[in-house]
Amino acid sequence: MAIRQISVFVENQKGKLYETLKLIADEGINIRALSVADTNDFGVLRLITSDTDKTKEVLSKDCVVNTTTVIAAKLEDRVGALCDVIHTLALADINIEYVYAFTASEEFGAYVVIRVDDVAKAEAALVAENVPILSEEDIKDM
Amino acid sequence: MGRYFQPEIESASRQEILDIQNQKIVKQVRHVYDNVPYYRNLMDEKGVKPEDIQSVDDIKKLPFLSKADLREAYPYGLLGTDLKNCVRIQSTSGTTGKRVVAFYTQNDVDLWEDCVARAIVAAGGDKGDVCQVCYGYGLFTGGAGLHGGSHKVGCLTLPMSSGNTDRQIQFMMDLNATILCCTPSYAAYIGETLAEKGYKPEDNKLKAGIFGAEPWTEEMRHNIEKSLGIKAFDIYGLTEISGPGVAFECEEQSGMHINEDHFYAEIIDPDTGEVLPDGSEGELVFTALDKEAFPLLRYRTRDICVLSREKCSCGRTLVKMCKPRGRSDDMMIIRGVNVFPSQIETVLLNEGYTPNYQIIVDRKNNSDTLDINVELTPDKFSDIISENVKKERKLESAMRTMLGIGPKVHLVPPKTIVRSEGKAVRVIDKRKLHD
Repeated sequence: MAIRQISVFVENQKGKLYETLKLIADEGINIRALSVADTNDFGVLRLITSDTDKTKEVLSKDCVVNTTTVIAAKLEDRVGALCDVIHTLALADINIEYVYAFTASEEFGAYVVIRVDDVAKAEAALVAENVPILSEEDIKDM
Repeated sequence: MGRYFQPEIESASRQEILDIQNQKIVKQVRHVYDNVPYYRNLMDEKGVKPEDIQSVDDIKKLPFLSKADLREAYPYGLLGTDLKNCVRIQSTSGTTGKRVVAFYTQNDVDLWEDCVARAIVAAGGDKGDVCQVCYGYGLFTGGAGLHGGSHKVGCLTLPMSSGNTDRQIQFMMDLNATILCCTPSYAAYIGETLAEKGYKPEDNKLKAGIFGAEPWTEEMRHNIEKSLGIKAFDIYGLTEISGPGVAFECEEQSGMHINEDHFYAEIIDPDTGEVLPDGSEGELVFTALDKEAFPLLRYRTRDICVLSREKCSCGRTLVKMCKPRGRSDDMMIIRGVNVFPSQIETVLLNEGYTPNYQIIVDRKNNSDTLDINVELTPDKFSDIISENVKKERKLESAMRTMLGIGPKVHLVPPKTIVRSEGKAVRVIDKRKLHD
């Protein structure tokens, strides 16, 4: 059920993010969700796209790329929805490395991408609480 | 004319020095041939017998020793006497994991300390002076050498070792230090710190500084002299030959007198090995004339310099060498420590990285900085920031162990390190040390 995320090592320099994103755009790949984390020296661009395999293939030519499995969990449109999801993971003793949020259309709703140390365990915990989780099929043509 | 520590040598006639050297070299070559199989093999290969060496003019027949020989012979291969006759080991900062260790008999230590004592007296040192030694104590020859020399002169010795600038300054002011011994960059740093604390140059009792172990410029000399209110003297040496005090500056401050009664100096063409006449620029080669425990003959220093026999106003007749104009290989001296790109390469390969890296050396606030850019490989890359940072720290720690000084490591994407003519530019030295 979980989906694959492509991470790219990006030098912390002017124009570098643009160069990387252009490689994807030129191939007609649609970015569904992204986050950029940075240090003084470098940034890590994390991407969930309409075509993970193609994204990996395109970026690997010029960049250092890594593929990680993450969970995209749907959030209900109410106060405390994210809080509940995170609480579920905490109760299951799951360590969260990072979280970022994304939305597509109104009917699609809001999602959070969660990077955890144990994907299978996290997935089971969320499914038990009836939290909808996206598959790669779901994001192909949303 | 100043005072000398050993006037009979320091102002001896050229002929007197030659007589001493000729007498010593015959004895020394025999000693090495009989006691150092490694060098005996080199001589046999070259077809040179001890009896072929009758004077210093014959030294050119002897084979050279290089850093590579020292590495190969590590640790005991060049030892010239039984270990039970040795009283001391000193070591260099080391290359590719193997450090050069040098051995000393008590006589070796005495002669070395005499050489340093000559340097201290040439800088105006005497009984009654308070000599603050802030070279590192330990395996490094800087601390031990200046410490021993200071004792020989009869100075009150302050064995501070390096670092802890606040304490250095407190002792300097409270105990009225008159002579400061450290690296030039540390002297400049002390000068700045004194000013920051509100001291004027005339507030301290220092009159002279003896600075070495790293390259420095005339401009830096003037800055140090002004900020500390002293006269700054250069000192030269290398562990392989003894330590600091192989050569030293006098009040004329125009080159360093080589203690040639102990160390025979030659200038050679680094490519052909041919001996060049005085006044030519070339690689400096030393023959230790009376070392017992670690008697290196024709050791190639890789320092490029010029020897001069012009009359010196100080009255010393010892030949003078200019400040080395650079190394004949790629060694860097950073914060007084020898650093080779090959050491950095070794660490990277050990840690599973490609040997694609770039070393950036700079001098900020009178202290050397060392930054190393390392190309990242996909298998090392993580989507978690802290994992990548951890890898940088791990490399820094491995480099610190190997180099003896701590660099800052930066991971960069592959193929981003500038290459010229297909080869990576390994070292960018932004320090302006040479005109």
